[in-house]
Amino acid sequence: MRFLRLFLVFTRLGALSDLAYRANFWFQVFESLLNLGAALALVALVFSQTDQVAGWRLEEMAALLGVYFLVLGVLSMVIAPSLTRFMEDVQLGNLDLMLTKPADAQLLVSIQEVRIWKVVDVVLGLGLLGFSLARLGTQVGAAEAGGFGLALLAGAAIVYSLWLVLTTLCFWFIRIENIVMIFWSLYWAARWPVGMYPGWLRWTLTLVVPVAFAVTVPAEALSGRLGPATLVGALALAVFALAFSRWFWRVGLRHYSGASA
Amino acid sequence: MTRLARLYGGLFRIAFLEQIQYRASNVIWMIGMVLEPIVFLVVWTSVAESRGDVAGLGPRDFAAYYIVVLVVNHLTFSWIMHVFQYRIQQGSLSFELLRPVHPIHNDLCANFAYKIQMLVILTPAIVLMIIGFDPRFDLQLGSLLAFVPALILGFAVRFLFEWTLALAAFWTTRTMAMNQIYFAVMTFLSGRIAPLAVFPDLLRDAAAVLPFYYMVAFPVEVFLGQLAPAEMLRGFGFQVFWVGVAAATIASAWRFSARRFTAVGA
Repeated sequence: MRFLRLFLVFTRLGALSDLAYRANFWFQVFESLLNLGAALALVALVFSQTDQVAGWRLEEMAALLGVYFLVLGVLSMVIAPSLTRFMEDVQLGNLDLMLTKPADAQLLVSIQEVRIWKVVDVVLGLGLLGFSLARLGTQVGAAEAGGFGLALLAGAAIVYSLWLVLTTLCFWFIRIENIVMIFWSLYWAARWPVGMYPGWLRWTLTLVVPVAFAVTVPAEALSGRLGPATLVGALALAVFALAFSRWFWRVGLRHYSGASA
Repeated sequence: MTRLARLYGGLFRIAFLEQIQYRASNVIWMIGMVLEPIVFLVVWTSVAESRGDVAGLGPRDFAAYYIVVLVVNHLTFSWIMHVFQYRIQQGSLSFELLRPVHPIHNDLCANFAYKIQMLVILTPAIVLMIIGFDPRFDLQLGSLLAFVPALILGFAVRFLFEWTLALAAFWTTRTMAMNQIYFAVMTFLSGRIAPLAVFPDLLRDAAAVLPFYYMVAFPVEVFLGQLAPAEMLRGFGFQVFWVGVAAATIASAWRFSARRFTAVGA
């Protein structure tokens, strides 16, 4: 498990640098609790007026929020900081160094920076998810749990591929740090079930910037409304996205001529 | 007076030319700006459709509310709290302090320049929203006339209030936590998340005296003609009050705050 070993090394490096700023842990706890609190307050406000939104009950909506924060945590712990640094490295020419290392460059740039304090979002997301599942009661069986795991993996793969494709564009364009803003804006919209949105926005969140697969689809699996067709579709899209982003990355890399020399 | 006009003309021109370089970035920012009201609009519309109305508001009323919120939020927004910390940490405030005018003038001009450019990008999005969400506007000349001072005062409250809070960066290099509390409270109580009519009574009463409501929701409600003349007058009174409080704070705190500045990092 070369991947795991490398990941652990980068996690240790991240821990070493982040542990020097221990106060940041409390800032992260504060920030995450504030975000979660604001999201829950809004859900509470909406559900003070109704008992379901687009067919989702309060507990199901809370579970969806849990998934949202879980994926957000993973994203902002590893993928976002690593690929953001990759874009800087291309501008500054530091990528040359990375390319000389005896491991797959795509893997290295994707996990090179680990922000360990972001684990707070992961923990809070899992906590909220567990709490709302307990409130939902017996509904979640082995089939739902398995479907959830698969859907979450597929969603993570899709979102990762999207990030890789977006950031790989920096081989051709210099100033594109802002492009990931598009992702964050649309990801923010994914904290509601996509079925609620009008067609154009639902399709954007499903196919153009497919964040629906990372949040709504796994949450659907948990609440027992995920059909096998959607799950298979999500898995197929995940495989395709990984393959496509890999191919795109290679094309981009061939285009790279180094900026340091 | 002519000196001030010349100053603003010059600062505005510089800011405008500086920012026009970031057209592409602005289009990207526009997506997030437009998405926020659309998401809340869809949420409340779906609630309203399931039971007819929410606090007397139907789907088309929510559409009208959020389209106006988009415009008013854009016209009253400022980014000063995000940048002040960097100014102090990276020492760029030194250059601003060397100028013979208060730095707030430059911030104001940069803010206007950004808004004009952004309004050009926003207009097509607003037109599409009007076509797509079919809002119910019941416009009256009186409320449109009252909207102009309500908007200007709303901007003044928000800009001065945020400028005051930004001064905290002189005392601590970590203003992030305070900023985030401010933005969390502000998005709720300013009416960006929901019209105040759907809030519980306690929050609504709090919002009626705090400055946030007067930054966004009050001008919006004036525009939509939802307020009785007495409510409107009371609102204007609160706006003037909060502008006064914030302006007085800046006037008295600026000098001794800036004196603490030792150009970290320069």
